[in-house]
Amino acid sequence: MKLKVNNVEFGYNSTSVLENISMDLDRSEVVGIVGPNGAGKSTLIRCIDRILTPRGGIILLDGNNISKMTRMEIAKEMGYVPQTTTRVFPATVFDTVLMGRRPHLGWKSSEEDIDKVLEVLELLGIMEFAMRDFNEISGGQQQKVLIARALAQEADILLLDEPTSNLDIRHQLEVMDIMKGIVKRKGISAIVAIHDLNLASRYTDKLLMMNGGRIFAAGNPESVLTVENIRRAYGVEALVKSDGERPYIIPVRPV
Amino acid sequence: MKREESRTMTAKDIKEQYKKFIGRKIFFVFFFAALIIIISGVSTTLGSYPITVKEVYSIIWRGSITILQNLDFIIFHGVREFSREYFTTEEIVVWQLRLPRIFLGIIAGIGLGLAGAVMQAILRNPLASPYTLGISSGAGFGASLAILAGAGIVGGKYLIIGNAFVFALLVSFIILALLSRKGATPETMILAGIAMMYLFGAMTTILQYFGEAEAVKEAVFWMVGDLNRASWPVVTIILGVLACCAPLLMLKSWDLNVMGAGDETAKSLGVNVKRIRVITMVVSTLLVATIVCFTGTIGFIGLVAPYMTRLAIGGDNKYVLPVSGLLGAVILISADLVARRIIAPVILPVGAVTAFMGAPLFLYLIMRRRREYW
Repeated sequence: MKLKVNNVEFGYNSTSVLENISMDLDRSEVVGIVGPNGAGKSTLIRCIDRILTPRGGIILLDGNNISKMTRMEIAKEMGYVPQTTTRVFPATVFDTVLMGRRPHLGWKSSEEDIDKVLEVLELLGIMEFAMRDFNEISGGQQQKVLIARALAQEADILLLDEPTSNLDIRHQLEVMDIMKGIVKRKGISAIVAIHDLNLASRYTDKLLMMNGGRIFAAGNPESVLTVENIRRAYGVEALVKSDGERPYIIPVRPV
Repeated sequence: MKREESRTMTAKDIKEQYKKFIGRKIFFVFFFAALIIIISGVSTTLGSYPITVKEVYSIIWRGSITILQNLDFIIFHGVREFSREYFTTEEIVVWQLRLPRIFLGIIAGIGLGLAGAVMQAILRNPLASPYTLGISSGAGFGASLAILAGAGIVGGKYLIIGNAFVFALLVSFIILALLSRKGATPETMILAGIAMMYLFGAMTTILQYFGEAEAVKEAVFWMVGDLNRASWPVVTIILGVLACCAPLLMLKSWDLNVMGAGDETAKSLGVNVKRIRVITMVVSTLLVATIVCFTGTIGFIGLVAPYMTRLAIGGDNKYVLPVSGLLGAVILISADLVARRIIAPVILPVGAVTAFMGAPLFLYLIMRRRREYW
């Protein structure tokens, strides 16, 4: 067991955002989190990375309670990939990825870090953008750069917050392929919050369907993505087909 | 196989480009440092006693050696006795009258440029500067309080300086107190700073409203900002504070870079965002307060020096901080040069001249910029 989330609760003052959330993540596993807007997907991911501090419950990373770890220790284990962000001040793609080396050293970056960055850029096929400005490249490329930064971090767990939400279909597939490929090849794990149910079905090993801050359904994609679950969680009437391996979903109308 | 080869070529190319980009940044460090030395030399020649640039450098060189050789004499007998004993008239003019002013210009410029760059980095906003965060207004109010209300009560010569220093720090502590509240964002801090600027500005105005004409004039003069109060002790004090603050801020430059990507990303990369923000804010305010209490408010440098620096070398704070500091010094001593020459022998207040010269240039750069960011 790589990561264990046990009864996690989170809220602002009197409003509760997450209630009683439990989940497990194994090595070489991709867990998807789906659910309607405001279900608490991003909040859960932020709690796991301790960007937000849960109100209750416990999160164990390799058996260690993350609330007792330093930020630096957590950063060496988990890499967070936010939704595309715009920067106020300029930074090249290279420097953005180099930031991923921050948890591993102090003030100066060494030759080894530079090589590490180049290796990651190569892996994601964004070498040609290295000296371009982060704000000047397209959304799909930006998303790859943010994944590259998490890889430069050499984390065991990738946490991706809606990595495909602003991308065209080609980039959606590319980004998910990269993610899945790296997880399998390097034996790391990933948690992906994602809106697109078809991508979720295709690229994840396990699915968590959230609604109103609670886990609504959990299991393999086939057992979670059912007509009944989609109707109750999203209020959408959908057709669920299967290609024999994975379900795919055709939304019909809101109910 | 062939494909593999061309790939490693690209990696090499990128590495080369990257090194070149770093080289460009380092070039600017040396370029501005050289510019400071040249402008200082020219600036030292200006005044009623004629000295050439060449003489200036040789006087500084010889003088430095004499000073180092007779440090014990200076310690026992004081600077004044020392210069009477060892220096010619020319040397006294350079060392006692002109150099303190130029040194004050250099270190004040470095401090303001550096502090501006740090504040902009931690607040992720090109509007942040010691002036727009209200720190200068706090100092101005403190000084006015001493000049207008404190006049005749304590005749002490440190009253104005002390007051300015304390109120400048007070403003930043109010802003920091707001910051430590939950949910405070960098934008909140900018707005709080602007509110402070109005508040202390208004309090100064009220003080002036009830003040004596002469005292009001003095207070206004204090607030414009100039280098007339330069002396070696003042230079030593500011240099000491700068020597403590600058390395501390430089050490945090990578954390500042990471924070530029947003608080959440910075946290996920292991940076204790709140702590870094408080530390760097306190250190840079201390620096600004020390400078401003001797020079008055020189507002523009903290705003433009970081902007121009990022325009030239990009946003990597490891280089932005030092280059912005050096550029701040270049701006301040060139403005001082103009301030002393333009209607000599009248010396215009350098605080006004910086803005007067800098604003059109700043506007030009803003209008010309093609990229989306600052």
